[in-house]
Amino acid sequence: MSTNPLIFEHSRPGRRAAAQIPRAVDDNALADLPAHLRREGKPALPEVSEPEVVRHYTNTSAQNFAIDKQFYPLGSCTMKYNPRGANKAAMMPGFLARHPLAPERHSQGYMECMHELQDFLKEVTGMEDVSLAPMAGAQGEFSGVAMIRKYHEANGDDERSEILIPEAAHGTNPATAVMCGYKVREVPVGKDGDVDLDALKEAVGPQTAGLMMTNPSTCGVFERKIEEIAKTVHDAGGLLYYDGANLNAILGKVRPGDMGFDVIHMNLHKTFATPHGGGGPGAGPVGVSKRLQRYMPTPVVGQRDNGSFYWKDTDELPDSIGHLSAFMGNAGVLLRAYFYAMVLGREGMIRVGEYSTLAANYLSKRLQDVGCDAAYPSRRASHEFLLTFARQAKHNGVTAVDVAKRLLDYNQHAPTVYFPLLVPECFLIEPTETETKEALDRFVDAMENILKEAKDDPDLLHGAPYTQPLTRLDEVQAAKELDLAYKEEGAA
Amino acid sequence: MSQIPEELRYATSHEWVRMEDDGNVYVGISDHAQDSLGDLVFVEPPEVGDEISTGDECGVVESVKAASDIYAPMSGEVIAVNENLEDSPELVNQDPYGDGWIYQLKPANKAEWDELLSADDYATTLEDDED
Repeated sequence: MSTNPLIFEHSRPGRRAAAQIPRAVDDNALADLPAHLRREGKPALPEVSEPEVVRHYTNTSAQNFAIDKQFYPLGSCTMKYNPRGANKAAMMPGFLARHPLAPERHSQGYMECMHELQDFLKEVTGMEDVSLAPMAGAQGEFSGVAMIRKYHEANGDDERSEILIPEAAHGTNPATAVMCGYKVREVPVGKDGDVDLDALKEAVGPQTAGLMMTNPSTCGVFERKIEEIAKTVHDAGGLLYYDGANLNAILGKVRPGDMGFDVIHMNLHKTFATPHGGGGPGAGPVGVSKRLQRYMPTPVVGQRDNGSFYWKDTDELPDSIGHLSAFMGNAGVLLRAYFYAMVLGREGMIRVGEYSTLAANYLSKRLQDVGCDAAYPSRRASHEFLLTFARQAKHNGVTAVDVAKRLLDYNQHAPTVYFPLLVPECFLIEPTETETKEALDRFVDAMENILKEAKDDPDLLHGAPYTQPLTRLDEVQAAKELDLAYKEEGAA
Repeated sequence: MSQIPEELRYATSHEWVRMEDDGNVYVGISDHAQDSLGDLVFVEPPEVGDEISTGDECGVVESVKAASDIYAPMSGEVIAVNENLEDSPELVNQDPYGDGWIYQLKPANKAEWDELLSADDYATTLEDDED
């Protein structure tokens, strides 16, 4: 097998795809475009016949290694399969055609959905209030820490300069803290995957603005001492930030608000029915405790006494950290989350938490039975778990990436590798709530075979994969000499 | 087993320090660190003139697997950085204690040298990590 040629390589002068020809543009429409902004020559578009175009993209899509074709256990990503129905409902013409500047009275249906979504997320997280304004997880994080900052400033508490972050955190957490002007202090994680409480107690002080935490953590375990952690940080005058990246595992079971968190961001594109990881639009609503409510980003959807809905903005919430975009979040992503939540209801939501955790624990147990090493063997998994191939690396020279590449030959997508950094040669595996027992068993069979190969013929793994369009990539060259732009041969 | 030269001192965060006759020190990452990271694709050293304190994040090494911070093993002023790493970060993999040095520091407090780990002590921390 080999890769498909690029669409440009099919190009021959004069060939056309009727369906793709741009509509003619009225010359007058561009009359006022200044000369220096006009093209001098034609754009370098490929000239390809219509069936060639169709074949090219069909063949290219057939090379996808993706959730629609394979089990896809990437860790720290939560849902991979997104129900088609939620997308279909969000695509109803009444939603698609609504202009964001349309008057409130023309947007009551949409606004009612959003008002219900706010209420639903409040209920799920146990927070006092929710703003749907953040456009993505990173912006949700940013607004969360910006609120923490504003809270301390409003209290005249200007000495608080540090955000504490456990070493198992997502890389975005330290980035967020720095973006908001804080210094990051890392808190170590103990051998059982929980935060080292003694180290935390040493680290907190009058300089502590807050602690950012993901629970369950990226170690795939639920932080058992969370109440003591919350008390330690609160007693020092700091606030608690909950990264909602791993919300699936606790849906309907435990609420961050009840654990003592002051602010949480939820990745609706991770937990609530929007495909992610492709860089598409996200949604990162923030939930806040009572003490942060007045700083929430705007607009939010309010309801008047007469039942109608309106955009509640900074005139009513003057202490808000303000707008994060021109309007309120990404409407399409918010709508998918709304429909997903409505279809599941309370009972369904609890089942998501239960099944994502059951699938992870079943897979973890079976993989250990066939000879894999769990990073935290004494712990029950949350919705994901960590394996380590440190033993194989030492004895057979077979690393996590060798095993990952070999999985492709067994038609299984590789899990997340080498994250979190604190576990050597690791796999972070997250099967999610949507996989059948048979799919999980096939993965175990593949892993059992690969472990045998690792012992008998390590070189076989070093060269994997063998069945894909490309075999082992030179990752160093790919990272150092990334070349994404097509240049015609002979062109300058 | 990774190389741990006797004449160097080490930080628990896997940096090595070499003291020169003029009292300035070279800093890099240990053989164990480069081996755990895998093939490096990018090194961001501190800037010449930076004043850094022990424990500060003062640079980044990025491999095909991960990006990691480099921490300052001693306080002082950065007086030189290894310009060759910009085009050839693989020098850190090939020769971590020689051509793969990352920056040179004029220590603010030479007593800090004695607080760093000896080769034997560093070897012990690596063994502990493997348990």
